[in-house]
Parts: sequence; C-alpha cells; structure tokens
Amino acid sequence: MSTSFKPTPSSKLNSKIISTRTIYDFHGGIHPKEMKTLSNQTAIVKPPIPPKLVLPLQQHIGKPSLLIVELGQHVLKGEKLADADGMISAALHAPTSGIIESIIDHPIAHPSGESGPCIVLIPDGKDEWCELEPCEHYEHLSVSKIQAKVREAGVAGMGGAGFPTEVKLHPPHHDKVATLILNAAECEPYITADDRLMRERAEEVVQGMEIMAYALQPGECLIGIEDNKPEAIAALREAAKETHIEVCVLPTKYPSGGEKQIIKLLTDKEVPNGQIPADIGVMCQNVGTAAAVYRAVRFGEPLISRVTTLTGEGIQQPGNVEALIGTPIDWLLSQYGFQAKKAERLIMGGPMMGYTLKHVDTPIVKTTNCILAPTHKDLPPPPPAQACIRCGLCADVCPAVLLPQQLYWFSRAQEYDKAEHHNLFDCIECGACSYVCPSSIPLVQYYRHAKGEIKQQKQDQLKSDQARERFEARQFRLEREQAEKDAKRKARADAAAKAQAAKKAAEAAEPTDSAPGTQASTAPEDSAETKKAAIQAALERSKEKNPATDMSKPEAVMDLDALKTAWDKTQVKLDKMHDALDDAKANNPDQVEKLTRAVEKNQMRVNQAKQAWEKASASQTTKVETNAEAETPDIEALATAFEKAQSKLDKMQDALDNAQPEQVEKLTRAVDKNKIRVNQAKQAWKEASANQTAKTKTSIEATIIKEVAAETAEQPDIEALESAVEKAQSKLEKMQDALENAQPEQVEKLTRAVEKNKVRVQTAENALKAANSISATNQNGEQ
Amino acid sequence: MSVIVTAILALLGLAAVFGALLGFASIRFKVDGNPIVDEIDSLLPQTQCGQCGHPGCRPYAESIADGGEINKCPPGGEATIQALAELLDVEATPLDSEHGEEIPKQVAIIREDECIGCTKCIQACPIDAILGSAKHMHTVIASECTGCDLCVEPCPVDCIDMVPVDQGLAAWHWHSPKDQNIIATDKVGLVTEGANLS
Repeated sequence: MSTSFKPTPSSKLNSKIISTRTIYDFHGGIHPKEMKTLSNQTAIVKPPIPPKLVLPLQQHIGKPSLLIVELGQHVLKGEKLADADGMISAALHAPTSGIIESIIDHPIAHPSGESGPCIVLIPDGKDEWCELEPCEHYEHLSVSKIQAKVREAGVAGMGGAGFPTEVKLHPPHHDKVATLILNAAECEPYITADDRLMRERAEEVVQGMEIMAYALQPGECLIGIEDNKPEAIAALREAAKETHIEVCVLPTKYPSGGEKQIIKLLTDKEVPNGQIPADIGVMCQNVGTAAAVYRAVRFGEPLISRVTTLTGEGIQQPGNVEALIGTPIDWLLSQYGFQAKKAERLIMGGPMMGYTLKHVDTPIVKTTNCILAPTHKDLPPPPPAQACIRCGLCADVCPAVLLPQQLYWFSRAQEYDKAEHHNLFDCIECGACSYVCPSSIPLVQYYRHAKGEIKQQKQDQLKSDQARERFEARQFRLEREQAEKDAKRKARADAAAKAQAAKKAAEAAEPTDSAPGTQASTAPEDSAETKKAAIQAALERSKEKNPATDMSKPEAVMDLDALKTAWDKTQVKLDKMHDALDDAKANNPDQVEKLTRAVEKNQMRVNQAKQAWEKASASQTTKVETNAEAETPDIEALATAFEKAQSKLDKMQDALDNAQPEQVEKLTRAVDKNKIRVNQAKQAWKEASANQTAKTKTSIEATIIKEVAAETAEQPDIEALESAVEKAQSKLEKMQDALENAQPEQVEKLTRAVEKNKVRVQTAENALKAANSISATNQNGEQ
Repeated sequence: MSVIVTAILALLGLAAVFGALLGFASIRFKVDGNPIVDEIDSLLPQTQCGQCGHPGCRPYAESIADGGEINKCPPGGEATIQALAELLDVEATPLDSEHGEEIPKQVAIIREDECIGCTKCIQACPIDAILGSAKHMHTVIASECTGCDLCVEPCPVDCIDMVPVDQGLAAWHWHSPKDQNIIATDKVGLVTEGANLS
C-alpha cells in the first residue's frame, strides 16, 4: 500500500504534449445506480433570501473563526463577520445585508447532530453589497496577493472536506507542484452540483484553475471528469481551448472522485501512508473551489453562497440551487416542494458518504454539496446486519486495497493496534465495502468508530505521558530541595560546633568575666551550647549581683534583658525541635529517638533559663520595692520590654504575611506565643506603673527630702511618658497611613492593629495626665 | 574408559566456559529494575491520585509487577484493566469498587474570587498543575489537570470544584454499531435514526 513514487520531473511533463492521455486504474470500486438525471436537467436557480441565516463559526477543517461583530450590528452583504484564527482556518462573511440578531449554539452540519456556536443574521431584504475590490487581470497581482485575497474571501474546499484553500495555494517548500488536478469527477450518486456548475459556468471554473496554476506554477494542469457528464465535458473543453489545461475523461466508477483515487487515475502515483498529495508533488482542488477562487480574485467576492443539489423522490422539484451559506435546510426544502411524509430521512452529502441529519433546521455550510431526501423505496434503511460469511467481496472492491474483513474483526473486537497495523487509517470511508456486503454489515461505521477510539486513546496516552513527566519533575524538585535543606543544616551545625570549640578555648584562656550585658548580646545565636554557656554565665552573674545592694541601673536592666532573650531563644529552639520531631515521627522514624532526647535536653535548658530570668526579675522587683531610685528604670525597662515584644510581634506578623507556604503554620504558632508574651509584658508594665503611682502618693506624705527625691524621680518619668505618648501617636499615624495604602486582604489586620494602638495611645495619655497631676500636687505641696 | 574420561572432561570444560560466560554476562548486561514495571506504568493513566492505595502510579505498577491485583485503578477503568490483562496475560477482572467507581473525566476548577491564596492545593497537586503564590489567587492549568481531586480536600475554604470535562465536538467520534447477532431468517426492521420529519 505504502509504495512511494518519485515525482516525474516537471520539465519533462511540460515538453510532452499529450493528445490522448493514458488513464490509469485504481483497485476495486463499484457502480451504484447514478440517479443523477433526477437533478441535472434544470439550470441552477437562486432561491429568495431566507428570513433567517444561521452561520456556524466552524464550517471548515481547522480552528473555528474568530467573531468580530457585535449583537445588533448592521452588516452589509460580503462584510466579514468572523476572522480566520491562525494558519488553518477560514473567514466568514455576511451572505446578505442585515442585522446580527444573536450568537447562539445551534445544531450544525455534523454527523453527531450536536450544536456549535453560530451567528444568526436577520436579512433586511435590501441585499446591499459592501465595497469590493475587483481585479481585471490576476496576472498583475503577486502570488502572495492572490493568496491573501483567497484567504480574505474565506474559501474552503467545497468538495466536502472544507480544507482552507489558501493553504493549498502555497507550493510545498521542498518541491515544486508537478501536477495540479481539478477534481470534477463527482462520482457519488444523486449529486449534480459540480456538473451543473461546469455546464453553466465553465469559464469561471477554468479561470479559477488558471489563478490557482498562477499561484502554484505546476508542471501540468489536469481536470479529471467522469464520462457520465458529456455536456460538462464539452463546456469545459470549450472554455479550456486557449489554455494549457487538459480535460481528462475518466470512466465512471465510484469512488473515482476520491483524492487518492483521482491522483492514481491521472498520474498512476499513490499517496504513501501517512503523507499528503503535496508530498508527491500533486495538488488537488474541487471545481466549486476553483469557481469560488475566481470570484474572490476577479470580483473580490467572498464565499457567501454555493451550488447545492436538492434531490431525492421526497422533493417535488429536485434541482440545483445557489443557496446562501447559512440558509436553514427546512426553509430551503420548503421552497422546492419538500414532502416530509414521503421522505424517510434527510441526508447531507451523497448516499454513500453522507450522514443523516438529526435536525432539519441545520444550515447549509460551505461544504454542503447535496441535500438528499430519499423515499423509503429510493434508499431503504439497511437491513439488520448478519454474520460475516468471509466472502471477500469487500476486499475486491476496496479502492484503498485494504482488507476490510480483517479490519472489521479487529474493530469489532476492539483490537485497535491490530487494526492500525492493517492500515485502518488509509481507509477513505467510501462505503464501497458496506455497499457490496451480502450480510449488510455496517463496516464503515465500525471503521469510523475504531478510528475515533484510536485517536482518543492516543490523546489520552499523550496526556498521561505528559502527566508522568510533570510528576517526575516535581518529585525530582522536592528531593533536590530536601537535599539542599539537609546540606544547609549540616553546614550550620558544623559552624556552631566550631564556634563552640573556639569559645571553650577562649574561656579556658581567659576565665575572668567581661561586661555581662555585652557578652550576653554578642553570644553567637545559633549554637545551643554557646547559649547554654551564656545563660550559665548570666545566672552566675545574677547570683553574684543579687546580694549586691549598690548596683548600676542600666546593668541590671541589660542583665534581665539578656536572660530574657536567652530564655526566648531556647524556647524558640525548643519549638523548632518539637516541629522537627513531629516531622520525623511522620517521615523518619529512626531519628525520633535522637530528637526526643534533644528535645528533653532543650526543655531542661529552657527551664533553667526561665528560672534564671525569674530569679533575676524577682530580685529586680524586690530591689525596686526596696530602692525608690530603681523604680523608674524598672518601669522603663518593662515598657521597653513591652515595646520590644510588640515590635517583635509586628515583625513576626510581617514575616507571616510574606512567609513561604510551608513556614506559615510555624510562624502562626510563633506569633501566637509572642502575643501572649506581649500581653504578659504589658501587664507587668501596667502593674509596675500602678505600683509606682501608689508609691508616689505615699511619698507625698513622706518627708520633704523624700518629696524632693520623688520629684527628681518623677520629672524624667513625665518626660518618658510624654515621649511614649508621642511615639505611640506617631506610630498610630503611620499605621493609619499604611491602612489607607493597604492591600485589600491586609485591611482587616491593619484595622485591628490601629485599634490596638489607639488604646495604647489612650493609656499612655492617661498615664501622662496622672503623672502631671501628681507632679502638680507635688509642686503645690512644696510651695 | 579413556573415552568416557575424555567425554566427561570435555563436558566439564564446556560447562566451565559457558558458566564463566553467563556469569560475566549477568554482571556486564545487568538490567536495573524490572522492565515490566515501565510497561505497566505506561498503561496507567498517571493521575497519581492514590485511589489504588499506592502513593502514585509507579508504585501501583510495581505492585502489579509483583503479582498484585490489576483492578484497583478507577481513573483508568475497564480500558486500563483490559490493557493490563492483555500485557500480563491474566484474566481481566471487573473494577474493584472498594477503590472507587469509574467516572467521566474531570478537571479541577478554582472559584477564583473565593481563593484566599493559602497555597495548600499547590502543595497537594502531584503534577504541579496549579499556579499561584501566597496571598494571591491560584488557578488550575486545565490542560494539565488529570482530575485526581487531591487538591479538593486540603482547601480550607472549599473553593475547588471537580467538573466533568466538556470535550466538545472535537472529541466526538462515531459510536460503535450495535451488535445484532441475528440470523438470515429474522426480518426485524431497523429504527432509522435521524430527525422526525413529519
């Protein structure tokens, strides 16, 4: 089957002048009753403009057209309604002037009978043309201009497949077109549209072919026509007299009009499996397409109507009509005496390859060459299928030289790979095998089904391969990320161990303590051991300093802070470890034990740090209580602690907002903890300030010296409070600004923050007022 | 006697030579992994949905290669079971309903105005078919989605729907003719499909 042929050199073909061309033969074929005289006796008539036109966006092979009109828009005849979308697509034009009524899903010409998007045009009856761009001499146009004109006109193959014609006007890249064939065979029974067109408009057909030849520059131009159309042959010969076009008469045999069959008949070449005619230097076009190309180039007319055969015993006046694209079939038939009672069904296309219409209001499209309304007698429904008797008649008539019987078995048993190996996809679905089958097996339907299934399976396979690739890529990425994380962790642990060793060495060399605050703050952050050491040192220091009565205030504050940070840090680490432990429990059972131990250790450390801090703060409090001078720094320290905690919380919330998804959960937990801490700090601060107020009151009743002392202590207090109020206010303003500029999803949070801050400002102001009044009373007392 | 000894020696020699050859070949041309797993894996639909009880299609393929059941894949359905049965030359068994029913192809769709941008579905998607970043709307790449519905459960606001894929006319193909199995003497008329013209 898949024999490849070398294209004959075109120069040789050019020089050869053939008077009577050898017509080859193709395998198989049948001779069904022609039934053509039913409709080819009368001239093509133009039906009136229908009350409604339905224009499907997909009338061709390729992508659906892109809509460019709006609802209610008034359009002129020939105006473009939809544009070609991409290379393999075709434009769509208004067949008459009118108004775009709607764009709806409407039953379209498709064997499924399903609906597709359609433009509904209500004609205004004026049939008013838009401005066209005629051209007297196509020879003056460039090839690309002709291609563009054909594309603009939305011409698509009118033989039945509907392949956009413009694409077939580009010569193949690698080779010249050796043969341009105009397919005028019209081999299917009943159909006479091309026959009538050639009889009446042979000039148009021939000139259309000349335009195509101008674009393709083929070695030879052939028109293949069956010998059952003598009038058309004569008309064509007459029209082609002065040209290099050769009219080749073919013996009548179905399916000589098949693309591959007509190529075989005229050139003896076979299109190899999986290739197209262009690959062997042949280009095939339909006669209707040639006429449409001529009208598009000569008059600038887009493809808005086509010759369609209305035939069958169910129609009183069968014949050919030049119907506007989009004419509803039921309306069109009613114009020519359609007898619904007589007609068994409506077939779009011929009796061999056409399909039964499921909706009578389906519109005429660019590929509709025939509407067949056969009576029961004309075209009886197929009798029920019986068992295959393996007579082999189907193989005898198959024009593609396949083994229909084998294909039938494989398709029926769903052994699609075997069917494919038997070249199922070379089947042209001509129906010759079903026609001769003595068991009336609907063979073609089996093949169509099998083809559809195979295509579906291939698509599914493609999709699942794609999914596998994506899945594997993702797995790889996750593994790589994990490895990177592990490497980082290891590097950090190594660095910490080194730092620890260095520190130990330093401690051994210089056992005396340096300034406690600085040491605590400069301690390396990541090493647990170092932290432990720092806490130990701080603990010792606080122990040492506890009995000491005369202690510098900043040092005490810093010490306390250091302890607090140390505690916080250990706590955070413990939390992290808990998380790690949870992860390990889920994923890595062999590490659970180690981690549990580590967690326990850390818990101890945390407890130690906490105790240290508690002790230190307790001693601080007692000191504050005993030492009036220490009061202010304590409150200040608490206030700063509170402020710090607050800012930390804010930062954390920011971090949470910007966090990576896998960190969100952890951060949320951290934020919650910090909130608690902030509240604690706030309470501590409030209590301390309340204490102080109370003490200040008692101090009024104390001695003058004490009063002076209290006054000196209070003065900075008021200042501090004032600055606190200012700070809080400026912060509040900033927040309000932020709120105004905030992104919608953050508004809620910011609003809450602003409210909190308002409360804070209020408290600060209250505190300031209280302090002011106290100092006022103090001054009064002094006076 | 010497003939027997010669024969035995010759055979021993041959055995040693071929043994060495085979031993060498078994090391030199060792095939990593079971090649049948790849073949089985290529038949599975690759939704990675885990409905079979294995964490992905490949582990399921491995379990089948080890002699496991072939009827645990609802997304593949009967077609996959048929293909597996043919490949492994075993009896095709009907789909085990314990793992789910065969349903038409689905695709996940995120109701985008309800998405809070939590990225949970992105982490759940086995084939990275969901796009988006933290605090920003996510969306499903419909052409990549296998319809495994693993993203539905983690969504905190339940804004992911599984909808059947509308394949439209492009995916339509002729249905198979009904098997009638009648004999020549039966004269049952067929009901013609098509529009009711009267």
